[in-house]
Amino acid sequence: MEKFLKLEGLVAPLDRANVDTDAIIPKQFLKSIKRSGFGVNLFDAWRFKDVGEPGVDVSKRTVNPDFVLNQSRYQGAQILLARKNFGCGSSREHAPWALSDFGFKAVIAPSFGEIFFNNSLKNGLLPIVLRESEVEQLFSDVNAFDGFKLIVNLEEQVVSTVDLAKAFAFDIDPFRKHCLLNGLDDIGLTLQHVDQIKQFEERHRASQPWLFS
Amino acid sequence: MARTLYDKLWDSHLVRTESDGTGLIYIDRHLVHEVTSPQAFEGLKLAGRKPWRVDSIVATADHNTPTTDWDKGIEDPISKLQVDTLDANIREHGAKAYFPFLDQRQGIVHVIGPEQGATLPGMTVVCGDSHTSTHGAFACLAHGIGTSEVEHVLATQCLVQKKMKNMLVRVSGTLAPWVSGKDIALALIGKIGTAGGTGYAIEFAGSAISQLSMEGRMTLCNMAIEAGARAGMIAVDDKTVDYLHGLNFSPKGELWSAAEKYWRTLRTDDGASFDLTIDLDADQLIPQVSWGTSPEMVVPVDGRVPDPEKEKDEVKREGIERSLVYMGLQPNTQIADIKIDKVFIGSCTNSRIEDLRIAAHVVRGKHVANNVKLAMVVPGSGLVKAQAEKEGLDKIFVESGFEWRQPGCSMCLAMNNDRLEPGERCASTSNRNFEGRQGAGGRTHLVSPAMAAAAAIEGHFVDVRRLATN
Repeated sequence: MEKFLKLEGLVAPLDRANVDTDAIIPKQFLKSIKRSGFGVNLFDAWRFKDVGEPGVDVSKRTVNPDFVLNQSRYQGAQILLARKNFGCGSSREHAPWALSDFGFKAVIAPSFGEIFFNNSLKNGLLPIVLRESEVEQLFSDVNAFDGFKLIVNLEEQVVSTVDLAKAFAFDIDPFRKHCLLNGLDDIGLTLQHVDQIKQFEERHRASQPWLFS
Repeated sequence: MARTLYDKLWDSHLVRTESDGTGLIYIDRHLVHEVTSPQAFEGLKLAGRKPWRVDSIVATADHNTPTTDWDKGIEDPISKLQVDTLDANIREHGAKAYFPFLDQRQGIVHVIGPEQGATLPGMTVVCGDSHTSTHGAFACLAHGIGTSEVEHVLATQCLVQKKMKNMLVRVSGTLAPWVSGKDIALALIGKIGTAGGTGYAIEFAGSAISQLSMEGRMTLCNMAIEAGARAGMIAVDDKTVDYLHGLNFSPKGELWSAAEKYWRTLRTDDGASFDLTIDLDADQLIPQVSWGTSPEMVVPVDGRVPDPEKEKDEVKREGIERSLVYMGLQPNTQIADIKIDKVFIGSCTNSRIEDLRIAAHVVRGKHVANNVKLAMVVPGSGLVKAQAEKEGLDKIFVESGFEWRQPGCSMCLAMNNDRLEPGERCASTSNRNFEGRQGAGGRTHLVSPAMAAAAAIEGHFVDVRRLATN
């Protein structure tokens, strides 16, 4: 996993609640056996007017000019501003893969679907929970100012405007923060405890042998 | 100290705790399917690692498999590659059980686990699939994980987890005939919302839960994730134990006795405290129908489509308006006046034998309405299909105008060829009514099997209690 360093990025607003992972990356694109290449089909049913299928050349598709990510002012956005329960539904990790592949490095929302939240952290995509009132302010700002940017400082756990006029603190588990800042993958860390896992497994086998038969 | 069922399951699988409270949890059962596993096996290989314990793995292909013309194989080359990749990975590494495409025991992963006795009380069960919560019906700690976590479990047999909070959903009273676990699930989600359970493990308890069959309990736990809770669970009782007795992978002989003794401790202690308790009254519950594009957008069958004008919260109002446009519905329409184009009885929520028996009972001797273009029954597994055929349910469905299909996930998420066309409206026993879930532009209404069957016969939603003969 890449290290998550301090980020200053353009913000794109997605002003709807309960955005599910089916919307983030529709099912027909889950047939891929790769981890990459999902960005072109991010929010496919909203970004395009025709129905997308795997392998179709994106340059030949009919773009939906009304969808927010298609507007010129949001091109190159790295921070997605969203509403409550973003990423609810299916466990598909293709959702954070698609967001990352498209260029997003952080998503700000009042709440997230839990599995999406975990999946994002494992892919260096930072899900940031801010208060509903704070998210509301940011929606106002991003709508009011072309080229509205935010600074995400993971070390300090603060999201701020570039002029530092506004700053919002956010929480993150210390363990997750450590992994993101250092680009550590979980498996390597867990395997430092091989002996403890083996000891647990032996005790578990002794107390519930039917689980191992 | 008095503990909840979830506390007990957590404690009995805790390998170690980090200083910030993060736990390392041991995983007993790892269910694997073709969509969320290829990248995990690839990651394992790239890192030069091997699966920790292959006899924890139960694998099947379900999302991409066709439900017709099995003799033709999988025609879509991209789907076929994904299924073949699962095949190659399992054949390389091994598994406790593998039910590939065309095997008679193949089926939806959340149907075959319990049916094989591969889901046992007290287990931790994970799968790269959010509906893994289903297995909580057997007093398991069961939840969906992403592909990175699939790789993590393959490599270490463990998961890094934060302990969830405890929620009790207490369903008192008695369900009326034709009102089901699905209706409890939909009513609960309507009440607490799709984020109401976020951060919680839900335990379902109360008289109405005790009365539910194991199938009904699986349906209810299956939809815990639609309430935002990764895990739902129900304590062990006689029904749990009876269901498991004699199944393929259930313990036998002395092991069975020891296991049963332990399983019966898998209940919340008297006096244990929950962070949140939600009360539902089964006596007041009538069949539910979703009207919108989120499972929380649900009303009783005698209700109406909501009017956004009456919603004060701006974000919610816009959500209602957007859903009404997508669903092609007018505010204040009576649910019973909504006509349907297709009916889907299937999915990991409602494709078990009891679901099919109930639906068959409703349609027996009647015929699918003329305006219904397609009504299909997709059994949850090859064994469910065989059992239904033994009971003659397939004939009842076919004579009523339903198509009787091969098992799989099918039109719950439309990864295979079973899908809605743009604008088509479906009465579906599945779990998600998201935009495009059953096909781009398709319109999904979530209902129970009895309600889907009744809608097929009438061509529009109807209170099954008025149609069905007891």
